[in-house]
Amino acid sequence: MSASRIGQMLSSKSLRVITRENYRFFGNGAQYPAGHLTSGVRSVMIPSPLSPFSSQSRALSGVSEPPRGLVQEKMTENAVFSQNKVLTIDTMNPNVKNVEYAVRGPIVQRAVQIEKELREGVKKPFTEVIKANIGDAHAMGQQPITFFRQVLALCSYPELLKDNMFPEDAKSRARRILQACGGSSLGAYSASQGIDCVRQDVARYIERRDGGVPCDPDNVYLTSGASDGIVTMLKLLVCGEGASKTGVMISIPQYPLYSAALAELGAVQVNYYLNEEKCWSMDLSELERSLAEARKHCNPKVLCIINPGNPTGQVQSRQCIEDVIRFAAKEHLFLMADEVYQDNVYAEGCQFHSFKKVLFELGPQYSNTVELVSFHSTSKCYMGECGFRGGYMEVINMDPEVKAQLIKLVSVRLCPAVPGQALMDLVVNSPQPGEPSYTTFMKERTATLSLLAEKAKLTEEILNTVPGITCNPVQGAMYSFPNISLPQKAIKEAKALGQAPDMFYCMKMLEETGICLVPGSGFGQKDGTYHFRMTILPPTDKLKLLLAKVKEFHQKFTRQYS
Amino acid sequence: MANRHSHRHQNRVAASQCGPTMYRLECGWHRRWSPTARAQCHLPTTTVGNHRCNVISTPKAQCTVDNYGVRKPYMDVIDVSWGDPHGGGVKPLTFVRQVLAACIYPELVESDKLPVEVKQRAQSLLSACDGGSVGSYTPTGGISYIQCSVSNFISRRDGGVPSSPENIFMTSGSQRSLMLVLKLLVHNQASLPTGVLTAVPTYSSFKMMLQRLGAAVVPYYLDEEQGWAMEVEELRRALQASKGVCNTVALYVINPGNPTGHVQSRKCIEKVIRFAAEERLFIMADEVYQESVFGKGSEFVSYKKVLSEMGPPLSHTVELASFHSASKGFMGECGLRGGYVELVNLDPAVMKYAYTIFSTDICAPVTGQLALELMANPPRPGDPSYPVYAQETQSIRAMLVHNMNWVPEFLNNIPGISCQPMMGGAFVFPRLYLPQAAIEKAKVVGMQPDLWYCTRLLEEAGVCVGPGCEYGQKEGTHHIRLCVMTPVETMEEVLKRLKNFHLHFLKEFS
Repeated sequence: MSASRIGQMLSSKSLRVITRENYRFFGNGAQYPAGHLTSGVRSVMIPSPLSPFSSQSRALSGVSEPPRGLVQEKMTENAVFSQNKVLTIDTMNPNVKNVEYAVRGPIVQRAVQIEKELREGVKKPFTEVIKANIGDAHAMGQQPITFFRQVLALCSYPELLKDNMFPEDAKSRARRILQACGGSSLGAYSASQGIDCVRQDVARYIERRDGGVPCDPDNVYLTSGASDGIVTMLKLLVCGEGASKTGVMISIPQYPLYSAALAELGAVQVNYYLNEEKCWSMDLSELERSLAEARKHCNPKVLCIINPGNPTGQVQSRQCIEDVIRFAAKEHLFLMADEVYQDNVYAEGCQFHSFKKVLFELGPQYSNTVELVSFHSTSKCYMGECGFRGGYMEVINMDPEVKAQLIKLVSVRLCPAVPGQALMDLVVNSPQPGEPSYTTFMKERTATLSLLAEKAKLTEEILNTVPGITCNPVQGAMYSFPNISLPQKAIKEAKALGQAPDMFYCMKMLEETGICLVPGSGFGQKDGTYHFRMTILPPTDKLKLLLAKVKEFHQKFTRQYS
Repeated sequence: MANRHSHRHQNRVAASQCGPTMYRLECGWHRRWSPTARAQCHLPTTTVGNHRCNVISTPKAQCTVDNYGVRKPYMDVIDVSWGDPHGGGVKPLTFVRQVLAACIYPELVESDKLPVEVKQRAQSLLSACDGGSVGSYTPTGGISYIQCSVSNFISRRDGGVPSSPENIFMTSGSQRSLMLVLKLLVHNQASLPTGVLTAVPTYSSFKMMLQRLGAAVVPYYLDEEQGWAMEVEELRRALQASKGVCNTVALYVINPGNPTGHVQSRKCIEKVIRFAAEERLFIMADEVYQESVFGKGSEFVSYKKVLSEMGPPLSHTVELASFHSASKGFMGECGLRGGYVELVNLDPAVMKYAYTIFSTDICAPVTGQLALELMANPPRPGDPSYPVYAQETQSIRAMLVHNMNWVPEFLNNIPGISCQPMMGGAFVFPRLYLPQAAIEKAKVVGMQPDLWYCTRLLEEAGVCVGPGCEYGQKEGTHHIRLCVMTPVETMEEVLKRLKNFHLHFLKEFS
């Protein structure tokens, strides 16, 4: 390890997977050899072998009454309530209780129920549930990109390669992908890090996107959607107990994947607030405040950014990204840049800048030291292919020993779904001018993106006509996150029900109008403010209808509770 | 890297590619071992990943030269170290791939390129997807239509035992289900770590999962002399030994066995369930090889079925998670990543959190879910697609049956190797009797003896198998794992090379 790396934030020594190296294996400890390891991966690869009578056996001899017996006794007493289960709320991993995933939370579950009721003929004041809760473009009628689906169909059933139904460029892409698969089949496992040639294509794509900043395919990991990558990285980064426990800075509002993962890992969530008044911008002073506050009770090591923003729809300026990078460098923070909406930028004057590009433009002082991971996925942008679970992450400046750990971590899940990898390849290696599918591809891509831009504008405009709702411009991504003012009486009633006021509001809206939104409380918001997240994805007609219904509902709700 | 392609022997890799192959990480040993191996082989170290496509078709030549000009006494490397049927040359089932293609590119439904039945299947599946697209997210447990299919499949399999679709969660491979269930079970803030009874030998990545969650492996030994049978007395001993060290809450069972090829009898399963009930253990039954049971007199009986037939109170109380997958069996669709867990008898309050924890994955890849649907509802006699389907599955079955009988027999005829009869699954786990001198030598090199043996086997014969130490084994014994879900011709070549190598090895150290 080079000297400059010694001070790296994420060193193998601080890894959770290693500090927890007590791979508690007793009995035949001899099965875990360590001696043959080569120096580069020394001791981090495998826990030290515990002989049957090492530290663990001391515990064995030292305990007179097995605590397990105690647990059993208590359980028997509670038998009536717990029905004698092994796994109860009390015995379950307590971290799980803190996990909340609002985009799949109670509102969504209720929406599914209502749909069922409608099918069963239950009378409602509406005929269908409109799901504006999740960034699921195809579910809202967006059409897939023809070229992508052609290639994937060819890969699935290669007999079709003989057919003249498909253009030549689709066929040659399919052949190339199949050649890179074991047994020329999408059904073979791939390397855990992902198919080689896909990673190379991703690397070239990143280089093109970032104006030539080099990208090493070795730093690219294919993932099962971006979420898989995000959770994996957090797992690597989180360690420690008490005051040394890892703190992870996330924006408020945030995408609940982050809070859910942190809760599950038992990490400390460190909130920094986006500035709603300034179109959800990220303020340096707020980052500083939040960090200083966090340092009193944990060890903040990671700074997460979602750009373009989810749920807030802002697009960060180049200047802002520079500031954030300098801040991370100064404060020794590992940067996680969630850039899955990188093609979804609509507002005039806004442009997507990748963290990586800005990092390299800041010069070697930064580009050689700041640790950064950037995430991308097939689920958003113009493709909207959520179901394939394709994605990648690029990791920069990471300690080589930690990389070895990362490989180990991703290998437990064997490999990301191969069709998702194939799709990721097509996204980063789309039809080029001169190829037969180019014109159609561009037409479809442009149409989807400009339609989204239109709907972003429409949403903002209509919402802002409703008294009591204020909506920032939707500069990018797929959501509006308007501020709603709720009458005191409604807030009181919600609290009496033990609900967050905006949850109460959204639940009522669902019951009365069939519109499914996610309350702001699921993403986090400044105390005393209330929001909801609504996607801009429904087809224009439906979106208009939806917005009209929201308007009507809001007015009615306000009247009812004032 | 060269781009020589063949579709004949897919699990063969040119000798010059063996480094990267080793990096295909099903189990730890490839990972741990490969830096050494690469150093020894003088193989390129810059590439990591899958180079299986670079295949030389037949091992005619006796010798080849790798990228660094090192001469090897073989033409290609054959990897039978893990269960990847397609990677190993088994062909996908036509019906499965036709439906998949039509779902992905619905234009095909309108065309005349596919059989009507396939198009109908695709159509009904597409109408079960939000927005009629496989590109949409699905509910947390999976597309409800497919949840129902899977639950019907389970009921049929278990002779009518009811199964509820809400208890099925589809994930990106069954491994992911295992991980998520463990996340519920492993209490990492308790004073004692959570323990899970785990067979020795066992599938290695399960141990990695426990390690990652900070749980304790509580090993119980399978009885090799009894064909790797599971004995309740041994479970009891193991549990007793764990007391005070960890809080053992669960029992992990793989049936049919991996790597052992053992299939549990109904009687054995009954005993295990009774033990779990007495000792208040949550049963995790990994049943992904349920389709591959061909040993004489053996049949697959699911834990769920036995549990249900044991009647109340056990059938209403014993908590069970049963795992299955589209990666194994006839489909062998590992790359599509479709697996599921059925949760039985869980506390309803816990089910709520199970839903939350499965939600954090959002949903399983839709292609994997489709694979599960087609596994649950294959073509039936009378369907137009049935003849081709029957013929394809029959040829896979014939291959497996042949290998299952013949491979252990062949191995048993090699001096210094003994192999238990194989009843099911995809692997054999023969025991190696290594000369003391070889064991000493391995110690000097700093490797487990069977790991060192595997290294040499790869190095000298171009055959990649899994070392027993990776799966766990009784102290002082040594084994290797081989996948028999491999075309017969390839298997023959593997065993021929293994035998030659082994005899040579014995001579060297005696």
